[in-house]
Amino acid sequence: MTNENKNPTSPPQPSPASGEGDKHSVAADVGALLTGLKTTLSEAFRPAVTTMYPEDKTPRSERYRGRHYLRRYDNGLERCIGCELCAAACPVGCILVIAAENTDENRVSPGERYAKTYEINMLRCIFCGYCEDACPVQAIVLGPEYELSDTSREKFIYTKEKLLEPLPPDVQARLTTKEKK
Amino acid sequence: MNDLYNNAIGHWVIVIVAMSVLLFVVLTATAYTVWFERVALGRIQRRPGPNRVGPFGLMQLAADGIKLAFKESFVPEKTDKLLYVIAPTIAVAAAFMAWAVIPIGLWYNVQYWIADVNVGILIIFAVSALNVYAIVIGGYASNNKYSLLGGLRSAAQLISYEMSLGLSLVPTFMIVGSLRLRDIVEYTVHWGPYNGPLPLVILTPLGFIIYLISAVAETNRAPFDLPEAEQELIGGFLTEYSGLKFVMYYLAEYVNMITVSALAALLFFGGWYLWVVPPVFAFLLKVVLFLFLYIWIRGTFPRLRYDMLMRLGWKVLLPLSIANVIVTGIVLVAVQG
Repeated sequence: MTNENKNPTSPPQPSPASGEGDKHSVAADVGALLTGLKTTLSEAFRPAVTTMYPEDKTPRSERYRGRHYLRRYDNGLERCIGCELCAAACPVGCILVIAAENTDENRVSPGERYAKTYEINMLRCIFCGYCEDACPVQAIVLGPEYELSDTSREKFIYTKEKLLEPLPPDVQARLTTKEKK
Repeated sequence: MNDLYNNAIGHWVIVIVAMSVLLFVVLTATAYTVWFERVALGRIQRRPGPNRVGPFGLMQLAADGIKLAFKESFVPEKTDKLLYVIAPTIAVAAAFMAWAVIPIGLWYNVQYWIADVNVGILIIFAVSALNVYAIVIGGYASNNKYSLLGGLRSAAQLISYEMSLGLSLVPTFMIVGSLRLRDIVEYTVHWGPYNGPLPLVILTPLGFIIYLISAVAETNRAPFDLPEAEQELIGGFLTEYSGLKFVMYYLAEYVNMITVSALAALLFFGGWYLWVVPPVFAFLLKVVLFLFLYIWIRGTFPRLRYDMLMRLGWKVLLPLSIANVIVTGIVLVAVQG
């Protein structure tokens, strides 16, 4: 290398066959190996970066799009009014909504209609969140859960019972006392 | 115990008991070497390593072993069926045979060995050379181009490094004047006030370094694991092996690793002699330190290119080891007259 630099006008020499022209000093090479060994050993004593997954989970964003939930109002009525806008917005067509009329005897949602059937095929869902955007009453939202694995295809069709939020505790308490009477 | 060896029946009883104990100890040691390697590599890469099965993941190898044992014993079509089955058997047999001549100091003045052969180290070399057959035959019998390439690489590599490995130990034999492993361990010096065992690494440091490098190549471990080379040869000679036959190769690799570590301790670091530490613990400590060194090296260095490997073997290690023999000879003649 140094000989070539002395005469810059000379054409670049073809590099000699590997091994023949190596002018590294042995001490520098061995030193490089030792540096590597030192690096790996010092890394070994630093704490592991692994998240112990099933026990610990990495934090998720508040806007994380996981499995869906159907929300309720505070008085226990379902938000969903059976408008099917979510089904229309869904790019993969995984949402099935069959609406029914609300009556005074059976009032499920505050609107005219409610979702009698609400099914999401989780195998098809791409978790884009368009259903959440399309919903005029914020009935469908995507929650933080992502551990959705299951043992059969049928179990991935999430029915309304599975998607619906539980009743607020005070409403639940009122209903149970009513039943007892 | 030494009296029993001279009795014909007592000798055989001891040998058979020793063999059974050895098999158990070496197999257990192998299992925990694998665990140790996985944990140490994990730590180097800032992972915890196996920690699910049993306390600290210590039962991981039992789980792995059961899983592999229950796998279908699959033999690919168009393989040479007989050789395909024989090859891993050779690997295991060769790996365990080396332990026949390795002595272990159990307690002060109590030593354990199966065969106290006066050419012990030659037997170890002869047997460890059989490992080439296991890999070449396995690679050939698999009828797979990657396996064959892995096998050929292994043959070239082992032949190249076996010479420097053998020659690196010649100065040791010249100093001690014996090939018996026990004699080498018990080598003592009378240097003025000091009178006792001496780790031979002080007298042949170059031999030790050459041994260390050649031994890594001899056991096909990273950075000399070209026969396996999972990135370029998709596993080399191991490609077509699964289940228990794979276990045999795997087992052989780790037994060989323990063997070369034990040999390094015996030949260069005074075996079971370590100040006031009880012999068996001293020996264990040295072997574990060498095992850690091999794992550490694996966790640090990338695999050598094939021409680099050959260059290191033929152009660096072999001339160095020959020079080491000559210089040691001259010094010995000068000192001893």
